[in-house]
Amino acid sequence: MSSMQTSNLTRETLRRMFDKNKRFDGRGLMDVRDFQIELGVSNKAEGSARVRMGKTDVVVGVKMQTGTPYPDSPDKGNLMVSGDLLPLASPRFESGPPKFDAIELPRLMDRMIRESGMIDLKKLVITEGENVWTVIVDIYPINDDGSLIDAASIGCIAAVHNARLPGLTDKGQVDYDKKTDNPIPLSKEIMPLSFTFFKLGDKLVLNPTREEEEACEGKITFGISKWNGKHMINSCQKGWETTFKQAELEEIAKILPDKYEDAMKKLKSYLN
Amino acid sequence: MKNEINESSEELREEISESEGNKRWIVVPGETIVTGEDFLPGEGARREGEAVIADRFGLAEVAGRMIKVIPLSGAYIPRRGNVILGRVVDVLYNGWLVDIDSASSAFVLIDESPRFINRNEMDQFMAIGDMVAAKIWSIKGRGIDLTLKGRGLGKLEEGFVFRINPSRVPRVIGREGSMITLIKEKTGCNITVGQNGWIWIKGQDIESEIKARKAVEFVADKVHVDGLTEKMEAWFQEN
Repeated sequence: MSSMQTSNLTRETLRRMFDKNKRFDGRGLMDVRDFQIELGVSNKAEGSARVRMGKTDVVVGVKMQTGTPYPDSPDKGNLMVSGDLLPLASPRFESGPPKFDAIELPRLMDRMIRESGMIDLKKLVITEGENVWTVIVDIYPINDDGSLIDAASIGCIAAVHNARLPGLTDKGQVDYDKKTDNPIPLSKEIMPLSFTFFKLGDKLVLNPTREEEEACEGKITFGISKWNGKHMINSCQKGWETTFKQAELEEIAKILPDKYEDAMKKLKSYLN
Repeated sequence: MKNEINESSEELREEISESEGNKRWIVVPGETIVTGEDFLPGEGARREGEAVIADRFGLAEVAGRMIKVIPLSGAYIPRRGNVILGRVVDVLYNGWLVDIDSASSAFVLIDESPRFINRNEMDQFMAIGDMVAAKIWSIKGRGIDLTLKGRGLGKLEEGFVFRINPSRVPRVIGREGSMITLIKEKTGCNITVGQNGWIWIKGQDIESEIKARKAVEFVADKVHVDGLTEKMEAWFQEN
């Protein structure tokens, strides 16, 4: 793709089309793209997944490390999520110090995973107060055709489920050559996912392509999971200039559980 | 993982050599196309000692002594006389700065607009974010100059623009414009194809505009070179 910014023409056309619930690829405004997952794409990482959603393509890797816990949580392991918007993914991304989007993406994923309680951090302790596991999740977009956050969230969950703990030496140091079959201690029921809604004019659109995403004026990301049979929102972040009305957020709240269940059904078929 | 590019190029190689009498095959940058002093390197090829080597990824073609590479990917390289679509990025005191999706940006002088424009009201004619169809007037060391004088050139009103790979533009236009004429006739849309890969479509309603876009993307996605116009006609019967 190119680095030319959205023209007034395209923005006006999209506005007109969204009013009629139409999109260039034939989807309705709230229809998501289908996705495919490839597990274990990296042989150096403890767990990895590659998610393809239309032309959007994200690789997520999980690496395990041991170290001392933070002083305020001696009985908990650590979770670290980082991301890198590689220039190969899009002409918009430049190498150099991370910009706003490159900081936002991993932070959103971090909050989604941490606040849902999917990873049982208390079970990641080897010796309390001295030695704990650190789960490092790395997000690498290979191609950006919009909805990078949503695709990355699927990738993060798949990669964490795919990960197997490496062995330990007698001193409690990590030994990457020794492989075990033990997964990361995960809560069985809880699996979070992120959904980002974009706003153009007064229309909401889910899972846009890059062309649509660039024309939009506002966005809001929800991390949602299911616990004890009830859906709950774990994280939420609003971006860009436009404001969201209360009615719009209520509309989103109505749609979210259905979208979550649909995506989760597909995701679980890959994990089992 | 299988090497997908290799697979598709094998298919392509067979198909092309079968369908066309002319010799054409896929080359990658750095690949030796032919060796010998009898050949001359043309566009997309260079000579290194005895060998003629490809500069770009594309189809190598031997036409007599001339060796050239028809690119299959890559950025747009501006040429004089090309019609391109660009986006106005700035309004300056004597013209408009235009992003033409190339290595350097281009400039439209106020005198090159189709009618007289008051210097104080330049952004009423074209403002930042507007799309414009223009012709490349000259390419100099300092930049590219565009003109809006000509048929079908000027600011684009209504419709929408989208991008395809610039190397696919000749295919979308077709031999003597056969392909683009077919799409225009079947959808009833106005279409302007810029050599930089940007395409403008304006039709009666959104449905026909979307159909025209799908048709153009169908052509741009196809690897086949032979009988594409017939395939396009069949596509219109199906859709």
